[in-house]
Amino acid sequence: MARSPRWARAGLLVPAWVAIAVLLVPLLALLLRADWAGMPAQLAKPSVVPALRLSLLTTSATLVICALVGTPLAWLLARSTHRVTPWLRALVTVPLVLPPVVGGVALLMAYGREGVVGSTLLEVAGWSIPFTPVAVVFAETFVALPFYVLAVEGSMQGLDPRYDGLAATLGASPWRTFRTVVVPMVAPGIASGAALAWARALGEFGATITFAGNFPGRTQTAPLAVYVALESDPQAAIALSLVMLLISVLVLGALRGRWLR
Amino acid sequence: MRAGSRESAGRHEPAAPGQRTVVAPVLAVALALSAIVLAGCGPATGEPGRSPARHTVVVLAASSLTDALTAIAGDFEASHPGVDVELSFAASSTIVTQVNQGAPADLVALAGTSSLAPLDMSRIAGDGVRALAGNTLEIATPPANPGKVGAISDLSRPGLKVVLCAATVPCGKAAASALKAAGVRARVVSYETDVRATLAKVRLGEADAAIVYHSDVVSAGDQVHGVQLPASVNQRVDYPIARLTDNPMAAELMAYLLSGKGRGRLREHGFLTALS
Repeated sequence: MARSPRWARAGLLVPAWVAIAVLLVPLLALLLRADWAGMPAQLAKPSVVPALRLSLLTTSATLVICALVGTPLAWLLARSTHRVTPWLRALVTVPLVLPPVVGGVALLMAYGREGVVGSTLLEVAGWSIPFTPVAVVFAETFVALPFYVLAVEGSMQGLDPRYDGLAATLGASPWRTFRTVVVPMVAPGIASGAALAWARALGEFGATITFAGNFPGRTQTAPLAVYVALESDPQAAIALSLVMLLISVLVLGALRGRWLR
Repeated sequence: MRAGSRESAGRHEPAAPGQRTVVAPVLAVALALSAIVLAGCGPATGEPGRSPARHTVVVLAASSLTDALTAIAGDFEASHPGVDVELSFAASSTIVTQVNQGAPADLVALAGTSSLAPLDMSRIAGDGVRALAGNTLEIATPPANPGKVGAISDLSRPGLKVVLCAATVPCGKAAASALKAAGVRARVVSYETDVRATLAKVRLGEADAAIVYHSDVVSAGDQVHGVQLPASVNQRVDYPIARLTDNPMAAELMAYLLSGKGRGRLREHGFLTALS
């Protein structure tokens, strides 16, 4: 169809390379501007290790919550033919397109001390969520769960319904079908959903600083530590950024080798 | 009108496989919105029926100046037709970082003379640095004062939720000095990235107390309750203003800010007169 295949190919290659440059130039700049010799000293700074530890703990908790509540939701969305299901699916995607800061404000309105749910919690339990690591997990789950649900639902949609039918005729309860047939068969989808949700949770900034605040060791996750360090100590910010980059690449790389396509 | 650094740092969304059905409509909406926005804000000079000579002055200012400068910029635009004042507010340390990285600004107004130290002095044009205003610290609590804060020493009470500015921004440095002078270990639950974020935690009722500027308490009106600090521990913070370009309108705006009218507005918003 194309008059000159070479031109047609250039028409694809040039924008493709532009896309690669858009993605890689900032990452390369980070590597070039880092003070490699001073890296151990930067990483030994008091704010770095607690921030990384908090990030790993909260993102792990987020991942567990996503798997526990997100997998059943994905299954219902994939199999339900109820007329509200498409609306439910659209609602699940809202936090995906919401600016994270708006998510943080929404969380405050719901779970803050004067929030819709939070005020009751304060009365009954004498405890409030903001400014605690629990708030960090709330913020991360709010932004990461849609990624998980959509990825897992996508792979469940691709699962032949005859498998669940067959399991049912063999006498398996819906719960048993879900546990022993569906989940093992969509394991790759669950893994890729988990990787995406985890990456999103690790990078979470706006909702966290708005809802959970910023206190070293308690609510200051790695992205918050990078932001605060940037103004007083840019080299520490770069060092911490590189550690986050390394962790992300390692985790995503390991998953890609195994499951992601 | 805030600097967008927070949003951009937080927006980081890899696309998920299996969400194709969502991506297409979202993209369509995004493109449509961009088209509408772009169509609506073409270059002012190109619009028919408008005077081609429009001048823009870009001001980067400490977040505590938000209300005062917005009011003064409105006065200035009203008395200088054809001039647009673009204001962007952030923590002083953020502004200095932005300017050192080459952010296009005509004027910068910072909180705390020490904020100037990291500023690349070669960027300052013309009449150098002038004193714009002064400020003092004050404790802000929610109107009902649920933590029953009546003095700075109350900030150490167990269970109290105190929010301060981060030590990297001027209000955080000043608050730390005041607490040290008073010998008080405050029950801090969060170090916010600028004074307005700190004030917001009190306005939303999430924090029992915050140390902010007197001008912030004035600007929040009846949404917060102010508790004075004793003069012996309070800190005075001075606001330097510097011109970075030879934009004539920038020089004029700077003169206006330092004039009786500008200073009157600053006083209305709770600022002190600059030390000359």
